[in-house]
Amino acid sequence: MAEIPQSGGGGGKGGKKRAKKMSTKIDMTPMVDLAFLLLTFFMLTTTFSKPTVMEINMPVKPKNEEEKSEIKASNAFTVLLSADNKIFYYDGLLSGDVKPELKESSYGADGIRKELLSRHTNPNLVVLIKPADDSNYKNMVDILDEMNITDQKKYALVDISKADTELIKSSGL
Amino acid sequence: MTPMVDLAFLLVTFFMLTTKFAPEEAVVVDTPSSTSEIRLPDSHVLTVAIDKDKRIFFGVSDDEIKEELLKQMGAKYGISFTAAQSKAFRGAGASFGTPIEKLPALLSLDPEQRKEVNQDGIPADSLNNQLIEWVIAARSLSQKQFNTAPYIAIKGDGQADVPTVKKVIKLMQEKNINRFNLITDLETKPVAGK
Repeated sequence: MAEIPQSGGGGGKGGKKRAKKMSTKIDMTPMVDLAFLLLTFFMLTTTFSKPTVMEINMPVKPKNEEEKSEIKASNAFTVLLSADNKIFYYDGLLSGDVKPELKESSYGADGIRKELLSRHTNPNLVVLIKPADDSNYKNMVDILDEMNITDQKKYALVDISKADTELIKSSGL
Repeated sequence: MTPMVDLAFLLVTFFMLTTKFAPEEAVVVDTPSSTSEIRLPDSHVLTVAIDKDKRIFFGVSDDEIKEELLKQMGAKYGISFTAAQSKAFRGAGASFGTPIEKLPALLSLDPEQRKEVNQDGIPADSLNNQLIEWVIAARSLSQKQFNTAPYIAIKGDGQADVPTVKKVIKLMQEKNINRFNLITDLETKPVAGK
């Protein structure tokens, strides 16, 4: 079937002997090129393959109304995430007769982070995060990340209420 | 030059053996970044991906339970899968995003064609909630197989809207799943000025 041609068999009688005397050094440059190409490729692919995760624990759904915990207005700090990467906050709780003062902030280091840090003196502070329906997921992750950065342990993701959206609208910010 | 080449090849071998290629994703999800340094584990992960068009995708990291999962889900919705289809499901990329009715057709395609298909997302509304069925089935299978509850990872696009993400979280909370992992990119932690 497939016969391997005895290459050079008929070619030279003395050829073999002469080849032995030739230098054993071969040009390794292409091989090294390839090796480094592969090295760079694998190095780059390994570093970026594993994503990180942010753990978030949601509260267990209370079975009845009595189990729900109430927070005092003095310990509450509400952050509202709105459309176009806007962020608002107010101290205390919003109710029918109490309208807290709404302030606008930003996601940057000088924005909401400063506000959170300045409230660190209160160990019972609970941050209520209320993402509006037109905010995007990045905003939500950013603000959860701020909780991590500022070491704020108590926070909760809460649905935005109608009163909150109206507060944003009426504030004119 | 030889020592250098030796070293280069050693490194090549090392990286070749340690690299695990990220499986092909059915959808492009551009995750936001966070300063969290917890790494996503390799196995026992159920991924719920949400892209910017509000489509929901579902993926299981453990190949061992995939076939059984498909069988269970098929039985539930009265859809039978051929052996070839369930094998394709096992080998399929990280996630898929079609209603189960369309899954057999998708799995019959070969991998190259499958990439071209524009999947329309797993239904997760109150009338036809297939997503939670997938999660529940995969969770109990994983529990049986590995004796640990799987990690639930939510992989949202930065531009994904909050209502969809919240809907997914709420659905799981109803089934008593309260611990989530949000997949993000790494960002260096700024020093909080105290």
